[in-house]
Amino acid sequence: MNRYVDEIRAVARKILEEKAVDLIIGFKKGSIPMMTEPVLIRDAAETGQLYWDSFCFMNLATYLPKREGKIGIIAKGCDSRNIAVHIVENQVKREQLYIIGVPCEGMVDRRKLCSLVGDKEVREIAESDGDITVRGEGLEHTLKKADYLQDNCIRCMHRNPVLYDAIAGDLVEERKDPDPYDDVREIEAMAWDERWEFFSTLIKDCTRCYACRNACPLCYCPTCFVDESGPQWVGKSIDPTDTMIFHILRAYHCAGRCTDCGACEQACPVDIKVRFFTRRLNRDVFDLYGCEAGLSIEERPPLDTYRPDDYDEFIR
Amino acid sequence: MTCPMTDKIFKKREFGGFLRALKKTYEVLVPFKEQGFYRFKPIADGEGADLRFTNTRLSPKSFVLPQSERMFEFTVDEKIEDAHILKEATRAYPPTAIVGIRPCDAKAMRLVDVNFNNPEFRDPWWVTRLNSITLVGLGCTEPCSTCFCTSVNCGPFHEEGLDVLLFDLEEYLLARPLTEKGKGLLQSGGVERDADEGSRNKAHKLRREAEQRISSHVPTDKLGQKNVNDLFDAPFWDDVAFACINCGTCTFLCPTCWCFDIQDEVIRAEGDRIRNWDSCMFPLFTLHASGHNPRAEKLQRVRQRFMHKLKYYVDKYKNGVACVGCGRCVRYCPVNIDIREVFRLMNEL
Repeated sequence: MNRYVDEIRAVARKILEEKAVDLIIGFKKGSIPMMTEPVLIRDAAETGQLYWDSFCFMNLATYLPKREGKIGIIAKGCDSRNIAVHIVENQVKREQLYIIGVPCEGMVDRRKLCSLVGDKEVREIAESDGDITVRGEGLEHTLKKADYLQDNCIRCMHRNPVLYDAIAGDLVEERKDPDPYDDVREIEAMAWDERWEFFSTLIKDCTRCYACRNACPLCYCPTCFVDESGPQWVGKSIDPTDTMIFHILRAYHCAGRCTDCGACEQACPVDIKVRFFTRRLNRDVFDLYGCEAGLSIEERPPLDTYRPDDYDEFIR
Repeated sequence: MTCPMTDKIFKKREFGGFLRALKKTYEVLVPFKEQGFYRFKPIADGEGADLRFTNTRLSPKSFVLPQSERMFEFTVDEKIEDAHILKEATRAYPPTAIVGIRPCDAKAMRLVDVNFNNPEFRDPWWVTRLNSITLVGLGCTEPCSTCFCTSVNCGPFHEEGLDVLLFDLEEYLLARPLTEKGKGLLQSGGVERDADEGSRNKAHKLRREAEQRISSHVPTDKLGQKNVNDLFDAPFWDDVAFACINCGTCTFLCPTCWCFDIQDEVIRAEGDRIRNWDSCMFPLFTLHASGHNPRAEKLQRVRQRFMHKLKYYVDKYKNGVACVGCGRCVRYCPVNIDIREVFRLMNEL
């Protein structure tokens, strides 16, 4: 992964020096292992802070809506798709952006690594050639990175940025083989009551901290429906019904827009696999409209458009 | 007259029996790993506790300050005479023992106590519940690299706030009663044998070694003298706040964040007045009825959280910082905003 770092820094430095952009949004190395911190850089001399590894799991498109000026931004495949969604939804203009694309071989799920080492603490991580070495007190494991990817990365079909002005490193081969919706089918195989039980158990630990929502680039509403107070739409306690309403409505607001970047899941402090809510909607949008979010800045999102050749009679 | 507190000792394999004995007097909460992380749960029949944890994902503050708590109930049915009259919701305060709480989380309850229980205000539910709980701490022999308790008047075997402190001496557990409540608990648990000097020395060594193992340190010495406006207007807040997504992870995991919101929920004619955890990270936290929001910007909210913990609390209560160095926010902030760095920035301004 680190072969990208030099190239990211070089491009960032160049575009800041040439004043092609006012600022760069990227990642810097985290203060703890398996973490990175989104960072905003205005000074070319600071570009040495920019960093890249398999733990750049946040989606930097989250920092774009309504931002002014010329912006340089680092984007892996999913980030670039969310940038495209933002452009289509008028949150940022294409002309404002200089996108430094980073072909992505998947982000590593730090929780999967942690569960491997049990209750020991991971104190150091090293990456090389598809291997990842985990060290802690009295432990050292060298693992295949591919075995510890985030769930969304395992099923990702768009590892290369779809939209970019410069690319760091070489494009990677897109995988043809993943079965993108095996997880959805597993849930569909359940009886109704089993499904309800599954989703109720899924969110049992939810603290309503809204990290999933806030990590999501799609959630840029000035006031979220759960934060509306006049009138208030949703109860604020941890009553299971209110919590479920939050999750279901959040997912529906993402229908046809979600790129399955997985930032929601990675941000959750209590390990809830919130993507289960959006996955089925993503598949429906693909099946019904042949659409995957953020692949083009020319097309309107499937749920806010109409075509005369719609296959449903009632709308023709 | 009270007897002096004497260290007690029992075999670790008797720990299950100790917990079962406690169950006759207390509701017993112990750390369990469930769905990927540790949490305190009521002990089930025939089960022991898992003491190999570093710490629970969420702090145990919810046992004193529940995330959602019914305070009052009322009816809005005006055919009934006392419509709209708030009545205190009935609730029980059974004697409860939290066994295995980490010293940092117990100290945190003392820090929060100055807010809920002071000459000016006394929150009856906080006070009653805290009184009903006996805290049996388990010293940390393997602190995390993100723990910085020793920098903030706390430590891996800190005693403040605890009723009993357990030292894991491998084959034995040394139990140090720290309060009358703690002494009573040990009696209920059938722990009677006095610890010998050798074990007490081992416990002392264990504590010293654990304290030395804390690798993370933060400066706090100048926070009290700093001018509050200088800190408020410091140039670093932009950088600190940039990555923040304004979620409530830090505040909800934090053992010393105590802010709450009060809501009325009415279903048909029956209403509840509920208090819920709130977070200074949320814009709604400060939204006025007029529509004005004094902390409308992310920077203002991020600054508030750190200023409250590391400056306002320090100045108001002269009780140190409102942080026990548990490191939860460091480990679980999804964008790696590290309070240790903010300590440095504020202290060194």
